[in-house]
Amino acid sequence: MSEVRLGVLALQGAFREHIAMLKRLNVEAAEVRLAQELDDLDGLIIPGGESTSMGLVAERWGLVEPLRRWVQRGKPTWGTCAGMILLAENATGQKLGGQALIGGLDVTVNRNYFGRQVDSFEADLEVPALGDSPFHAVFIRAPAITAVAQGIETLATVASLGEETESVIAAVRKGPILATAFHPELTDDLRWHRYFVKVVTDYKSCTG
Amino acid sequence: MSTKNGQQSDGQVERGTFAVKAGLAQMLKGGVIMDVVTADQARIAEEAGACAVMALERVPADIRQDGGVARMSDPRLIKEIMAAVTIPVMAKVRIGHFVEAQILEALGVDYIDESEVLTPADESHHINKHSFTIPFVCGCRNLGEALRRIAEGAAMIRTKGEAGTGDVVEAVRHARSVYGAIRRISRMDADELFTYAKDIQAPYDLVKETAELNRLPVVNFAAGGVATPADAALMMQLGVDGVFVGSGIFKSDDPAKRAHAIVQAVTHFNDPHILAEVSENLGAPMVGINVTELSEAEKLAERGW
Repeated sequence: MSEVRLGVLALQGAFREHIAMLKRLNVEAAEVRLAQELDDLDGLIIPGGESTSMGLVAERWGLVEPLRRWVQRGKPTWGTCAGMILLAENATGQKLGGQALIGGLDVTVNRNYFGRQVDSFEADLEVPALGDSPFHAVFIRAPAITAVAQGIETLATVASLGEETESVIAAVRKGPILATAFHPELTDDLRWHRYFVKVVTDYKSCTG
Repeated sequence: MSTKNGQQSDGQVERGTFAVKAGLAQMLKGGVIMDVVTADQARIAEEAGACAVMALERVPADIRQDGGVARMSDPRLIKEIMAAVTIPVMAKVRIGHFVEAQILEALGVDYIDESEVLTPADESHHINKHSFTIPFVCGCRNLGEALRRIAEGAAMIRTKGEAGTGDVVEAVRHARSVYGAIRRISRMDADELFTYAKDIQAPYDLVKETAELNRLPVVNFAAGGVATPADAALMMQLGVDGVFVGSGIFKSDDPAKRAHAIVQAVTHFNDPHILAEVSENLGAPMVGINVTELSEAEKLAERGW
């Protein structure tokens, strides 16, 4: 069994796919639906899905504050797509009245930046942190990061829609927090999951 | 820009691939897709935590009551609903009516439901769904029907149930049929799989893939007759990935509260204490129709081939 234990937020969305990827890496992974299920975890993945649905279910059972504390304590957290929106300090293009965010990652995310489902796409991304070969990324009604604070490391970019910039940010890291606009869990490429497990392992060995 | 089978490629990015079509359905899992007939209802659904809405002119209970030919909804209504919410918007076309599907694709809806709830436009052919960039969801009553639809390009499946009744019995029958068949084929040897594929009139490759995966190759939701949080959790425990709720919400006494409760029930489908809490004091559910009182001709699930 692995030396770290990960959780995947299982309120709604593609949590099963993340757990399957972690199992392929022989990493123990648990579904998280209630606050007490965060105990004893070394890292958390917030999957893709509908961020409004996840936010509303999390609010109903008092999970938003525990998740905020989790991130503030510097516990390793990776958000994919909707998970990235929930981790952002600022989000644009939200539903009327806004939505519950966990925050902790000082970036601005534009929800559904790339448009509706007809605009969903696959593209090869250069990701130096993962090695030389490009990562084949799947973007589904995907968000993009349009602004970052100092100290946020950009791991990947993708061609933008507008004229003003050539590219927008699709993956970032700040210390133990990782966020990707696309879905590594929908591919066979384990490199992002391996990368996050290393973040978790390093963090655990630092903090004992 | 080149187009092949609904896929578009400009050299750097590919759109309309099966991975992005099936991928959106994967993101909807563990969620509730709600029928709405106005932008206001769509907002209520979004606020209750729906993971998507189905935009239509009449909910199935009203289609059933009104009779006549049921068709694709007015594009104006669909556009109003798309403008009102940030969650994905689905809309229905008649079975085999590929021009209604072309219109919905032009509107930019996120998913098309080729649905038996509308009056079929073709009595022998379903739409060739590979030729669209937009993904399709289709209904099924059994594994053979599900795999035929996937062969035609469906990127998501829903068990049909019996729409507009508020009676969950048909949804249960169809889910049990699909998952029971999958459990059986996962233990078959190769010789048996060939014969089984022939018997259920499904492509061998998809039967084999399903047996190896021990699940359908695409996401499967329950539909048709879900009216309470307990109904939704029942379908989840039977193995579906999420639920469609049609008439069950906006034909009940307190739609917002019931919608919210069903969303909670789908996430916490295995927690009876939470199910008890969310089932409390919801007001009257839709009155409903007992499926055994319907004649065969009145059953919408019989449509589709």
